[in-house]
Amino acid sequence: MPEVRIRKRVLSVEEILHEGGPTAEKPLRRAAALVVIHNPFAGRYVEKIEGFMDDLKPLGLEMARSLIAALGNDAKVVEGYGKGAIIGTAGELEHGALWHVPGGYAMREALGGAKAIVASTKKVGGLGTRLDVPITHINASYVRSHFDSMEVGMTDAPRADEILLALVMTTGPRVHARVGGLKASEIKGEDGLR
Amino acid sequence: MKAKIRKIATFLEETRTEAGRQIDPPTRRAAAVAVIENPYAGQYVEDLSELMVIGEELGELLTQKAVAALGIPGPSAESYGKAAAVGENGELEHAAAVLHPKLGTPVRRVLGKGVALIPSSKKRGGPGVALDIPLGHKDAAFVRSHFDGMEVRINDAPRANEIMVAIAVTDSGRPLARVGGLTKDQIKGEDGLR
Repeated sequence: MPEVRIRKRVLSVEEILHEGGPTAEKPLRRAAALVVIHNPFAGRYVEKIEGFMDDLKPLGLEMARSLIAALGNDAKVVEGYGKGAIIGTAGELEHGALWHVPGGYAMREALGGAKAIVASTKKVGGLGTRLDVPITHINASYVRSHFDSMEVGMTDAPRADEILLALVMTTGPRVHARVGGLKASEIKGEDGLR
Repeated sequence: MKAKIRKIATFLEETRTEAGRQIDPPTRRAAAVAVIENPYAGQYVEDLSELMVIGEELGELLTQKAVAALGIPGPSAESYGKAAAVGENGELEHAAAVLHPKLGTPVRRVLGKGVALIPSSKKRGGPGVALDIPLGHKDAAFVRSHFDGMEVRINDAPRANEIMVAIAVTDSGRPLARVGGLTKDQIKGEDGLR
């Protein structure tokens, strides 16, 4: 399979102290790792693409670890995660789907086992396309306080023959979460849902 | 702290290839952005000194955040820039009050030197507005390889009564700089220009 050719990486961290209400004692932090790679399947229909998922695993791990490092080098602070991809216009949506396995594997591996499915989204777009990456609790998808999202994108990517890959991690609930539902303290942690 | 900060975001960009060529070491730039309450939103106030003090605080905080994102000691920084976006209920002059009178001194303290003017831009805009932070070499404004810019944006800022303040710092110039002019090894570093 083709090698993974990286053009550019962006790491961004948001610290949210308040959103009009009381200032949080511990600000919510969200971090996103973005990497722009060459799309080896751009410009034509390729039937067998699955092998590229394995090729992406080391990159996924590196991105997941960079997020943990950006959040203070302690995997225990991570409570939410999500992933996404933007495929340049010479590619297909299916090329973005190649990110599901390596992106999810990488975050679980780096976090030492997380039970919930990694929320995700993807689309085809041009330079500067923004993607709202969905975020849920790492151990129980139904934790309502941790339903969140982070907008990511890069001014000069993806070019037509590129894919922008994204991983996102957060350190807690929305800053003023108060709409009830399952709480993080009530997680059973058996099925990844509750 | 006088500044009422809602949110802080940092962005770290690393370019590894440009035009298909390997950039080794990668060029890197970082920006730190604070979203603060505009104390003068919705009214005309003659004396803007509170925002000048806020500028001084943010000069130190944001430069430290940007340098930390790059993982370098302050004096290793090569270029810098600043910018602000005022929400719809504010004036451009509010951006000027944050950026110009007092912000530069702490920036230079963190970076060790910085005899060149800190290039700047400002605008008014709504949430998600893009700020193009101009970049120039910190000790000699005429270093042509370091004329650059970095775009940053935060999808939910600035709100009408907020100001978004950004500082960008790099450890390098453009990835494939080759249009001549003064080079960094020719810097005299006395007048801030050459």
